[in-house]
Amino acid sequence: MERLVKRYADKLITHGLCDERNGMPLLGGLDAELVWNREDPASEILEEVIAGLNINSILFARPSEPYFSILNYLVRQELDVDTDAGGGDDGDGNSDGGAAIRPQDTETRTFLHDIPISPEFDADSIVDALKRRKSVIIPDQGIVAFGTVSPEQAFVTYSSVCFAIFVKFLTDHLYAAAVGVAGKRERKIALRAIADYKDSIRGADDSMSSDKLRKGPFTDGAEVLQAMTTAGRLTVEHRMVDSFFGNISYRLGDVIYISQTGSSLDELSGNTCACPMDGSSCAGITASSEYTAHRDIYQITDNRAILHGHPKFCVIMSLFCENFDCGFRGQCHIKCPEKRFIGDIPIVPGEVGTGPFGLCHTLPPAIVGRRGVIVYGHGLFTVGRCDFTDALSNLVEIEKMCIDRYLDRIEIG
Amino acid sequence: MYGWTGKILKIDLTTGVHSVERPELEVYERYIGGKGMAGHYLRDFVTQRWDSPDMPLLFFAGPLTDTPVPSSGRMTVMSRSPLTGTVSDSSVGGSLGVQMKRAGWDGVIVTGRSESLCGIRIADSDVSVVDAQSMKGAEVSRTISAVHAAYGAHAAHAAHGAAVAVIGPAAENGVLFSGIVVDGHHFAGRGGLGLVMAKKNLKYVSVQGSGRTAVYDRDEVKKARERIFRLASTSPVLMGEFGIANYGTGALYDLIHARRMMPTDNFRATQFSPAPTLNAYHYKERYQFKRTGCAGCSILCKKVGRNGEMMPEFETMSHFTALIKNSDMETVVEANRICGEAGMDTVSAGATLACYMEIAEKDLSPGEVAALLRDITHARGVGAGLGLGSQRYARGKGREDAAITVKKQELPAYDPRGSYGMALAYATSTRGGCHLRAYPISHEILRKPVATDRFSFSGKARIIKISEDLNAIVDSLVACKFLFFAATLEEYAQAFAGVTGVQTTAQDLLGVGERIYYNECMMNAMNGFDGSDCDLPERFFASTGTSGDGITVAPIDRDDFLRARSDYYRIRGLDQRGIPTREKCKELGIEWNDL
Repeated sequence: MERLVKRYADKLITHGLCDERNGMPLLGGLDAELVWNREDPASEILEEVIAGLNINSILFARPSEPYFSILNYLVRQELDVDTDAGGGDDGDGNSDGGAAIRPQDTETRTFLHDIPISPEFDADSIVDALKRRKSVIIPDQGIVAFGTVSPEQAFVTYSSVCFAIFVKFLTDHLYAAAVGVAGKRERKIALRAIADYKDSIRGADDSMSSDKLRKGPFTDGAEVLQAMTTAGRLTVEHRMVDSFFGNISYRLGDVIYISQTGSSLDELSGNTCACPMDGSSCAGITASSEYTAHRDIYQITDNRAILHGHPKFCVIMSLFCENFDCGFRGQCHIKCPEKRFIGDIPIVPGEVGTGPFGLCHTLPPAIVGRRGVIVYGHGLFTVGRCDFTDALSNLVEIEKMCIDRYLDRIEIG
Repeated sequence: MYGWTGKILKIDLTTGVHSVERPELEVYERYIGGKGMAGHYLRDFVTQRWDSPDMPLLFFAGPLTDTPVPSSGRMTVMSRSPLTGTVSDSSVGGSLGVQMKRAGWDGVIVTGRSESLCGIRIADSDVSVVDAQSMKGAEVSRTISAVHAAYGAHAAHAAHGAAVAVIGPAAENGVLFSGIVVDGHHFAGRGGLGLVMAKKNLKYVSVQGSGRTAVYDRDEVKKARERIFRLASTSPVLMGEFGIANYGTGALYDLIHARRMMPTDNFRATQFSPAPTLNAYHYKERYQFKRTGCAGCSILCKKVGRNGEMMPEFETMSHFTALIKNSDMETVVEANRICGEAGMDTVSAGATLACYMEIAEKDLSPGEVAALLRDITHARGVGAGLGLGSQRYARGKGREDAAITVKKQELPAYDPRGSYGMALAYATSTRGGCHLRAYPISHEILRKPVATDRFSFSGKARIIKISEDLNAIVDSLVACKFLFFAATLEEYAQAFAGVTGVQTTAQDLLGVGERIYYNECMMNAMNGFDGSDCDLPERFFASTGTSGDGITVAPIDRDDFLRARSDYYRIRGLDQRGIPTREKCKELGIEWNDL
């Protein structure tokens, strides 16, 4: 447990979700004994929280910038609205009541539902919120999240909250700019967030111009796995994915090598599946949720590599639609009838996985003849003919294009 | 009252009299339904012998049963196990739970013993105990046909949704691992509940209801339902290309083989080289199977071949191949059919054959497998001894080391040397060797909710405890455990509140699960069980599995296991002998009995 606690506390730093300036994360893991990654007076209250819940790990951290400013802005906004109107609605009609932030991205919609706000950093109110949800925001203090199986769950939830609030704030700002009501304060936060984000992905250019990625086409499984491991790690390093992981695959003959469900792209060693395309083995039962989409792309295109990340501005731009009178407003993620594009990149509806509204039905046909496709509110899928060089560079380039489009729009707005 | 019908039917087969109990809402809130309510009503009788007329056989649905909540069509059957002597319950699918609710009953409690073989017919509030002597010795399918025929045209009775739970000849002939079969294919399989029913001279229970379960807030249920379906769609294990919806539980076969944890040759090895030719894909190719399942389920995990053959579940596939070293697929299907018609648990049946093979030092031909299963069913020859289960058989031969059991119940198809969480979960399970109490395969192998190190006990004591609590509440709501590869109690708490109007949270429900599980610990302690029963066979501490492909399958370190078990006791609130404490009972609001 000590190892896991230290590992995920460190990962919060290396992923840029916490830093020394705003305060180091406090992560506790509980089996027979409770262990913390470090000493902190806050652990006293968190131990009361643990005692009030049936859990095995707890995380309390103040996010690094720009997340912290965004978090506090959204909290204030929500509390003001909540005071005025009471409660809210998460967009698909699922009002769960109480003060909470309700982002519209796929991860929130699917896994978090909403992010409650606790007025104070006290055990009772935190317990009350965590009895219902995986995380809670404490104004001016940070985020508390927990796990029942591993500290990794707390890490994933925390990361998702950071992603979700970033996307929500910048999407809201874009809408405000589009109708000419964007405030100066919001604009300042947004521009700072964009500047920080651009800094964080700057290293991607070096990767593209270097030989970090192996050249394909690959001829054996070992080569494939090595290339996937490197490409996955670079995808994370360049901030092209976080929280609920993304996925990656390569087709070698009639076998698809694909990341396993719930595997972090920067830790792919031993976390991939080799799936025969004829389905003659079910050993790929732990393959990524998007295996079907990957397979169908390989069946109808001559690509060999697929990479899926959650670049923030691809997600933000996909959530921005000016067809305000559309009858499907609120159901865009499953029923958008428009042929939407950002530059040459289509935006399609589709939920995670293989359900009736799954992206496996919309993504493969849309990617034919394209370098990538954005799935509404979710992320970006890119392809490569021989290896991951094109797939990764497409991922970065399309994200940069989305940043530029975003900046253009808020300037115009 | 919403969700619950508010009524429990009590039938005394000795007198033929039935009565109605109307529990207070507080009882429902404390025990919810299904496993929880059954345990609540078993508690006062659990120290009776399993074959005492006073020992109740309990059938309980949950508040979610017969509502639009996904995969809620299941129910619980519970009593004291003839095989283990512990409390024993099975979550069973089919339509019996739905029909019970529609007939107006949250539960049916059967006590007493009929003078001759009988059946119980429930049609709404009309309850009758009827003669069933003509069905004596009848196999499962023939019994069900006869029941339907007895209440009008066969097709009409079935078409009106009548659910039927029956026992087969195995139970009538004293097989200690005989089960109760619902709607022909859904098993309350483990622990010998069929034998409890047989001892009451009860051949079947037929239920037909015309009402509907009242739902408090349909909009709220609809929201929860959408969330649950959305999550289910994200799960490769459930709905993915290689998942359970497409291949049934047999989808696990390849992965368990690849992880080198497939129990082979009576747990003397952990990999079976012919496995790739015996996987779910090959069953699909050969039998062209289609999906079927419980009432109202979207996963439909059961598979039926184009000629009506029921496809074996994962444990059956594994135990009737690797465990007994059989590489003939048709033998597996035939063994599954024989056990299905006999009303016999395939896990214990396969494991007992493997035990026999080790002791007899012989391999079994396909014909011998079938013949032995028939002999067990009819208590003939060596089959009479095997029908008592592997532990009693092996002890009789002076070879207890060959019985791979926990609390006398045979282990399912996950070798604990490849899954340390499972090692602990097998040991601590309140019904003996069982994979479903905590199902650590979810995180150790299937990576849900996140992956854990399968070769480490680190953190597992608390994970197992929390998982046991979780599955206890899932079996009480009632919902299908498979859905929890994707959904969580967050969504089911919303569903529960929508159905019943009782506001709750995920963690509140988990707390109820803890009470339900601890109540079972208490019942076992009342029957003399303690930590010495919570152990694994020596084989797993002394022998290696089959290493290879970069995977080392070492013996489990006994000291590590004992430390983890000790941690578990502490976390569970048991003393270091593995026995419940007065303090913990008080904390959970459970009655204390001096032990």
